[in-house]
Amino acid sequence: MGSASLARLNGVFAAYKPPGLHWKHLRDTVELQLLKGLNAGKPRAPEQRVRFLLGRVEGSEEKELSLTATSVPTLTNHPLVCGPAFTSLKVGVGHRLDVRASGVLVLGVGHGRSLLTDMYNAHLTKDYTVRGLLGKATDDFCEDGRLVEKTTYDHVTREQLDRVLALIQGSHQKALVMHSSLDLQTQEAYEMAVRGLIRPMSKSPMLIAGIRCLHFAPPEFLLEVQCMHETQKHLRRLVHEIGLELKTTAVCTRVQRTRDGFFTLDDALLRTQWDLHSIQDAIRAAGPRVAAELEKSLSLGLGPQQPPGAGPQWDGEGPGSAFNGRTLGEAAGG
Amino acid sequence: MALTAQQIPRWFSSIRLNSFITATQLGNHFQRPGKTLLRGFSAQPQMSSHNCFLQWGFKTYRTSSIWNNSSQSTKQEINSAESTVLPSVNEQPQKIPNFDSELSLEGLDDVPPLSPLQPISEEEAVQIIAAPPLPPASFTLRDYVDHSETLQKLVLLGVNLSKIEKHPDAANLLLRLDFEKDIKQLLLFLKDLGIEDNQLGTFLTKNYAIFSEDLENLKTRVAYLQSKNFSKADIAQMVRNAPFLLNFSVERLDNRLGFFQKELELSVKKTRDLVVRLPRLLTGSLEPVKENMKVYRLELGFKHNEIQHMITKIPKMLTANKRKLTEIFDYVHNVMSVPHHIIVRFPQVFNTRLFKVKERHLFLTYLGRAQYDPAKPNYISLDRLVSMPDEIFCEEIAKASVQDFERFLKTL
Repeated sequence: MGSASLARLNGVFAAYKPPGLHWKHLRDTVELQLLKGLNAGKPRAPEQRVRFLLGRVEGSEEKELSLTATSVPTLTNHPLVCGPAFTSLKVGVGHRLDVRASGVLVLGVGHGRSLLTDMYNAHLTKDYTVRGLLGKATDDFCEDGRLVEKTTYDHVTREQLDRVLALIQGSHQKALVMHSSLDLQTQEAYEMAVRGLIRPMSKSPMLIAGIRCLHFAPPEFLLEVQCMHETQKHLRRLVHEIGLELKTTAVCTRVQRTRDGFFTLDDALLRTQWDLHSIQDAIRAAGPRVAAELEKSLSLGLGPQQPPGAGPQWDGEGPGSAFNGRTLGEAAGG
Repeated sequence: MALTAQQIPRWFSSIRLNSFITATQLGNHFQRPGKTLLRGFSAQPQMSSHNCFLQWGFKTYRTSSIWNNSSQSTKQEINSAESTVLPSVNEQPQKIPNFDSELSLEGLDDVPPLSPLQPISEEEAVQIIAAPPLPPASFTLRDYVDHSETLQKLVLLGVNLSKIEKHPDAANLLLRLDFEKDIKQLLLFLKDLGIEDNQLGTFLTKNYAIFSEDLENLKTRVAYLQSKNFSKADIAQMVRNAPFLLNFSVERLDNRLGFFQKELELSVKKTRDLVVRLPRLLTGSLEPVKENMKVYRLELGFKHNEIQHMITKIPKMLTANKRKLTEIFDYVHNVMSVPHHIIVRFPQVFNTRLFKVKERHLFLTYLGRAQYDPAKPNYISLDRLVSMPDEIFCEEIAKASVQDFERFLKTL
């Protein structure tokens, strides 16, 4: 029945956004496909209504007028008269991807949209694969932008690139701790910092938790970036800046998100799988994982909205005196 | 004077206090309201007797399995649908059955109605009809469908009333039509034309304006098409695929056919085949066609005979979106390096989505099988590239599994 299918359609799932498709278009396509699936279900049984009709009934002595209740079919709720049963669905989008990027895009349906907010507040990291090209500089940091500069890149070696990346990671590590508004004078904070598990739980500029080079074949190079509070444009600018650090120039050819929180590429549904049953299965599969991760996030510490004082007291700066640090590896590793 | 079951339902919709009238005044009152009502609405809900209910539901025009004779559990749906829409709710364009307007004026010079507290006999009490009134104006046909035989028969034919009610003029017209007098002739005419019973519903849903067309005009237009050597089956197919065809006057049809003959410079027979395959060329606007012809000639650089060949194979190219055409052509010609003469042989590429062509081409390039030159070995023709479903494409052309294709798509 339609209502049972609709009840199974409350939760989050991940879709794979191909490059060249706007995220809104993807969301609309998913909604249309879900509506198509829901409306194609079993049609309602024909309904009846009771009418009291006047007629001659054999009474005790003679015929008399009386009302008889008859059940007659009614067309008021026929699908051809009132239209399809489902005309709109509420589908929300998690962290967005711009048109040229591709990768995992988390969508929430129905009551699952509140889980999207929870995931946002958990401030989990995301994994990206960024492909760069040495030797060119353009105005929008992409390969097809307006060309600004061309340089040579023969002097660039793998060690130089690794050194630059280590520099970037180090500076962002410091920024991570700073933005997490944690008082480092305490023992617990020190231990967490030593293990490298601190991250900010409120708004902050783009922070890179980890960056390394997967593949280097000049002029092309492939980076893996773990970051939070980013946009894809920041990542492209990062590639440009890496080129500048290497005393050459670079543009970004591809940005692909391989992990968003605990959804990886394997969980992402391709375009051919954007239909009712696949999405219902994906929601069911992801349900327990999402619940577990969010519970862990909540139990480990307090989010920015929760009142201070529920956890251990810190004298740190930042919004309230609540404990804002969070373990990186557990929640993000998935 | 006893009432017959015949007379009562005809005025059951009147909301006035006249309903609580005693037997002595029944005679006067019923003659007058009955007559005014007949004047007021020509073809109003004809729920003549309760026998009617038990008959119409089960003799259907379409083999719908929804309506059957099995006794369903009675749901207490007591006229809830009728009373939900109040006259004050309507912000949208309204349909006005207006069968009450004359009634109120006639009743003013009669004997004033008796007080409701006056005792009356059992028989008269039973004869009081106190059904909730039909809303005088509404934004949906749901309120009237149970009281209008025309609407019920249309629903059983398969007409989608929920789409027609979005056009208030059409809905108003439908409420006032009489099935026996007007619609039946039209349906018989359409059946003569060759439209099957189960296709009548979709046809009427799309072309609700045909109810206001004159039957003679329709016959003239069909005769005109036959004079142009369109066979009966051709005409049926054209009308089925382009429901608005018969609403066009003979001059307009003539102009359109002449335009296509001049513009495309095809033979008469080929133009006829083209129009039969895509009759919406005759009903749609001509501007996109003119623009597309210019695009093919000037922007994409096809010669006139090439364009003629492509159009006879895929008539849809004439009405395709200009931006999509240029995007696909740009990708196929510049990225896939397919020359013009091969594209002409497979115009199906213009009918596919760009992402499909891109994904499949990139997969073949990754596998090293992207060979579109007929002279070389392992040649893959464009129509096999785009027209096949994924499984067959993966098995035969790419010689890989569907899982490999999906894994590849996730690396794009």
